[in-house]
Amino acid sequence: MSVIKAKHQRLVLVVIALVALIAAGLLAAWALRNQASYFYLPADIASTPPAPDRAIRLGGMVEAGSLKTAPDGVTVHFVVSDAKGRVPVTFKGIVPDLFKEGSGVVAEGKLGADGTFVADNLLAKHDEKYVPREMKDMTVAQARETVKETK
Amino acid sequence: MIAEFGLAALWLAAALALLQLIAGAVALRVPGEGLGGLVRPVAVVQGVLALVAFSALIWVFAETDLSVKLVAANSHSAKPMLYKIAGAWGNHEGSMLLWVTVMGLAGGFVALVERRLPEPTMIATLAGQAFVSLGFYVFLLFASNPFERLSPVPGEGQGLNPLLQDPGLAFHPPTLYLGYVGLSIAFSFAIGALVTREVGPAFARAMRPWVLGAWIFLTLGITAGSYWAYYELGWGGWWFWDPVENASLMPWLAATALLHSASVLAARNALRAWTVMLGVVAFSMSMVGTFLVRSGILTSVHAFAVDPKRGTFILALLAIYIGGALVLFGYRAATVTEGERFSLTSRESALVFNNVMLTGSLGIILMGTLYPLVTEAFGEKVSVGPPYFNPMTALFVVPMLLVLAVGPLLRWRRDSFGRVRKGLIVPALLLLAGLGAAITLAPGKVLPIIGLALAPALAAASLMPLRGRDLARVKLPLWGMIVAHFGVAVALFGMASDSAFTTERLVAVRVGDTAVVGPWQLRLTSLEPVAGPNWTALEADLQASYKGAAPVSLHPQSRTFWAPPQNTAESALLTRWNGQLYTVLGGEAEDGRWQLRLWWKPFVPMIWIGGVLIALGGVLALLGRVASDLRRFVARGKIAFRRERQGR
Repeated sequence: MSVIKAKHQRLVLVVIALVALIAAGLLAAWALRNQASYFYLPADIASTPPAPDRAIRLGGMVEAGSLKTAPDGVTVHFVVSDAKGRVPVTFKGIVPDLFKEGSGVVAEGKLGADGTFVADNLLAKHDEKYVPREMKDMTVAQARETVKETK
Repeated sequence: MIAEFGLAALWLAAALALLQLIAGAVALRVPGEGLGGLVRPVAVVQGVLALVAFSALIWVFAETDLSVKLVAANSHSAKPMLYKIAGAWGNHEGSMLLWVTVMGLAGGFVALVERRLPEPTMIATLAGQAFVSLGFYVFLLFASNPFERLSPVPGEGQGLNPLLQDPGLAFHPPTLYLGYVGLSIAFSFAIGALVTREVGPAFARAMRPWVLGAWIFLTLGITAGSYWAYYELGWGGWWFWDPVENASLMPWLAATALLHSASVLAARNALRAWTVMLGVVAFSMSMVGTFLVRSGILTSVHAFAVDPKRGTFILALLAIYIGGALVLFGYRAATVTEGERFSLTSRESALVFNNVMLTGSLGIILMGTLYPLVTEAFGEKVSVGPPYFNPMTALFVVPMLLVLAVGPLLRWRRDSFGRVRKGLIVPALLLLAGLGAAITLAPGKVLPIIGLALAPALAAASLMPLRGRDLARVKLPLWGMIVAHFGVAVALFGMASDSAFTTERLVAVRVGDTAVVGPWQLRLTSLEPVAGPNWTALEADLQASYKGAAPVSLHPQSRTFWAPPQNTAESALLTRWNGQLYTVLGGEAEDGRWQLRLWWKPFVPMIWIGGVLIALGGVLALLGRVASDLRRFVARGKIAFRRERQGR
């Protein structure tokens, strides 16, 4: 193989690098639009439901009296609600320590065709210092109302 | 008293950094002995003072001096000594102090031993280092003073987040910081070389060992952090694409690219502007990471401080340093003359490809990490996770790994594929065999199949540079490259095996019941309460038997800490040569059964073994470089000595 024409080598390298980086950027932008998981409140699910099979995050209060453990001992059913909506949720796994009725939760998963949200991960308040970001805003804005409603 | 002493040391160190900057800047304008000679000693003293301040902080943490606000907020008298000390850097202020300490020490160390570059370049480099340090000193002293007193003195401290009370945490952040912040040296070298127009092989050779040192620590830090998250969080995953993990991975990718491009510059005097650019980018990524983590704008277990003032401050520092460096680069890039040329089939081309792919994956990760911030500005909350990161990074990493198999066999400047064909037969056959085996064993899982097929081929290819060589005469840097590349193959195999073959079981059992996961049979024999220094726990006794062999005990715990009050699940792991059994004790179900989460993860430890091998490769290369520099130094000394005698 020949040495690339002397004069242009630097230019060629710069162009190759730029093309690769721009391609990376465009690909990333495209993938982000499709793969980012959006945050929903129960009210949003009622008004503009997400496409099925799309990973989303659902945040709200665990409705008092809704938490039930299935006979297998590891599946839990509960209802996440806010002032304007209620969404039934199923989760199979060990629930976080601070997950309980009447407190906030962010569930990661997909909305099933029957309207039940199938969570594959639950984020609850870890401790005083670590609160899922969505939940922090929620406790200020909606939490008081939702708690009032569900009490 | 100790706290005031530490604060005084910190102020003095900051003043010396200012002096170092001014003396360096003046010496560059007005060349002369006076001020220029000041820069090196000042850099050393500045580093020592920063270390004194950091030691003072460790001291007040060790004796739990609750009159210091930071101690009261993050420590507790009942904590074990190891975590009292680790608590010193397990918070925002302490970690920023660790940051400037590492910067100061690195600068001081360079000032002490680096003699290979022209003195003006060194002065500019050290002045650059001082300039960056100065910003962080100001940040510490005015926005996050770690030695602030508290009045009245509380009776007891608030304790440290139990998740952080783990031996891994004691060493993980300092290691990571040595790497993260050690890259500031590369940044300063790049500035120094740009300012004095000395971008060339000598610059690359001088910079390389420092980058290598930082890169080793960064590699170890990331590996340790990944293992910590794996066993401490109890989720069975080893990488979550958490913003903080990304914040450490991005500088690593940039530093890895920098190491490779610096070797092109050192050996062949090509890729000059690009290498300087990477020097700037690597540390910029460290700073971006700090901004993401410390400003509290992202959710993460690692985010301590949620104080908008601090976020703005770090953002301003970022703008000054990164923006300033890029402007300097823009001004001086044109004066960096073009380097030597090379053909399309050459070691240089392979390394250019490696650099483009590393930078591409860096870009992908950066975009994915920043995207939630951008959308949130428009009122839309999103999170970006594995469905984005996994395939997108693979898109760049897989071609890079393919070229990694070929690149080390190629000669510098010009080569032909015909010459290296023989060295590629075995890896190619392994690739095909691996592909067949992986498709049969893990049908339908695209990325794991690619990983499983690629790993053995890559392992074989990484050894190929040894072909036809006398092993006793292979130099250390070459061993370093081989070990590091082999480590990449090992880690890749672990990752692919974990995602292809992991079996998971989630069960609720009574005492005496048995559960099965993969080849394991586990029996829950008892649940006992146990107590630690600052926690109580319920400990399960699991008798695990591998394919009917004699059972081994595992003791996962559900721990309750009382300061701060919090529960954590303490997983129990059992490592065999072919994988790891991972057990977590969950809560009690209503009917008295206990939840158990069990994983059998074939070959998963290879992920971290690979990481350690990669770092070991770096150590070998570093030893080789330092040894050859020392030899040259000694030889030069001898020649000078002989000349002197002859002169007489």
